[in-house]
Amino acid sequence: MREGDLPVVTGAAPAPGVEDDFPSVPSRSLDTLWFQVAGTLCNLQCTHCFISCSPTNHSHEMLTLADVRRRLDEAIPLGVREYYFTGGEPFMNPEMLAILEETLRQGPATVLTNGLLLTPERCRRLRELSDASEYSLDVRVSIDGFDAGGNDPIRGAGTFDRIRAGIRELARAGLDPVVTITEAAPGSEGDAGRERFLAWMREIGLSRPRLKVLSVFRIGAESSRARGYEGWETLRGRQLSDAELDLLQCSSSRMVTARGVWVCPILLDEPAARMGESLSETLRPFPLQHGACFTCHAYGVTCRT
Amino acid sequence: MLHVPRVWCDVPDVTRLAFLGGVYSNSRALTAAAADARRWGADATYALGDFGAFGPHPDRVFPILLEGRIQAIQGNYEEALSEGAEDCRCGYTDPRDNHFAAISYRYTAENTSPEWKRWMATLPKTRHLDVGGRSVLLVHGSPRRINEFLWESTSPVAFLEKMLADAGADVLVCTHTGLPWSRRLPSGRLVVNCGALGRPANDGRTEVWYARLAFGRGGDVGVEIVPVAYDHAALAREMREERLPEEFVQTILTGWWTTCLEILPAKERARGRY
Repeated sequence: MREGDLPVVTGAAPAPGVEDDFPSVPSRSLDTLWFQVAGTLCNLQCTHCFISCSPTNHSHEMLTLADVRRRLDEAIPLGVREYYFTGGEPFMNPEMLAILEETLRQGPATVLTNGLLLTPERCRRLRELSDASEYSLDVRVSIDGFDAGGNDPIRGAGTFDRIRAGIRELARAGLDPVVTITEAAPGSEGDAGRERFLAWMREIGLSRPRLKVLSVFRIGAESSRARGYEGWETLRGRQLSDAELDLLQCSSSRMVTARGVWVCPILLDEPAARMGESLSETLRPFPLQHGACFTCHAYGVTCRT
Repeated sequence: MLHVPRVWCDVPDVTRLAFLGGVYSNSRALTAAAADARRWGADATYALGDFGAFGPHPDRVFPILLEGRIQAIQGNYEEALSEGAEDCRCGYTDPRDNHFAAISYRYTAENTSPEWKRWMATLPKTRHLDVGGRSVLLVHGSPRRINEFLWESTSPVAFLEKMLADAGADVLVCTHTGLPWSRRLPSGRLVVNCGALGRPANDGRTEVWYARLAFGRGGDVGVEIVPVAYDHAALAREMREERLPEEFVQTILTGWWTTCLEILPAKERARGRY
């Protein structure tokens, strides 16, 4: 490194002993269990994707119904409260509806989708699954602008119209989705951006508009679109209070992929974030040594709705 | 050390306990619910915190609690007010929810006398009752957090079983969400959210709800969640006189929530008008 350059956190696993400099998050409970149900396979290739999902990214393969069923059994004695499904694009998984049906017998479920595969038939089935369960089914649809001009450069040509159509299909089926935007979405800034998105959601037919705004994580594709983490964006040497640690989702959640159990939904490209094979063995402290850990702490980010 | 009072009664076969959720300064509904519980024959009545918020004249609530021998625990409001906290610690995450929560908290903090704030500090955060050998745990939010929301559609069986096992409780009674429900668990344990007296249950009705538990000697526990009518029009008038938000007043008059909606899970949200 030349003198004067900012040090860059590469995201590589630190040398032994380095984690001593970082605060550690305890595992308080396992409230939220995530499933990387589509692996890293997606029908889109968004420029801000923190795990660089694409039609050809096989870093994490899809989960099967049998995989999910085994994890649901493991979750019972641990008292898991809620289940989240993401990818990649979950509805590319041919067993997705069966997986949701099975999950909704055990607890509430949320699916994070890009909205492209929300056909009338699939939305009708989702409504049936929701009605048949005593637990909540939430569908979260991602979009990155009020119009094609804002969204399509991030999510792909022609996607704005298709996402909007998917949101409308959900509304027609009587399921009010949560619309998720990232801070990369043009016009999302501040209360005004938020109000504008809520108004847009009403315009397209959502009677109870629900909005979640997510920070961007400067890893994966996003590190090329904008920038990676800089040296100052770290929790190195920081002491976090119990209350601050409780706010971090990794104090009460884990992520299941086809390759094991990971600390959170964000760090799937980090070998050091794989915590084990069984859920129970991963309920232990984790060093907050990644740039993304700084984002979660500094901006109060949680992937939960 | 936990305070474990024993609840006995003169009735040979059954112990009747009434549980009142968040009062939110609705002294009229509190008076009506306490009278209803007495008529039912309650051996004891418990109020699970959040005496202030939302409604007018918070100081009117406390004498009713004391005169009615209603046994109280802290909610997040009492914890926050007695510690002089900056906000209500309601646990909302959405900006609109937090906007209205801040209005409620500011009004309540300004209109609650220092004497009552000191009294709140003396209240326990939880209570364990032993009712005929069954351990009954009273909390505001959940056994682990005073402001955790236990909603019906996001509190699955396995989650509740572990929570009650960890807390050593056969019966858990809570509030905080404002929506009443109960769930019997396969183990025989029971969870009751007794709802709230402070505002209607987002069901288009103007009544509010509380819970009656009848503990039989044979181990059975009967649960009734019952509506209470009160002079809601008079409450609405007082709220307007105090210049509380019209959104709050509309909830009292229509039975539909207009604020604090974003925290609702999908199923509970879909049942409301907004």
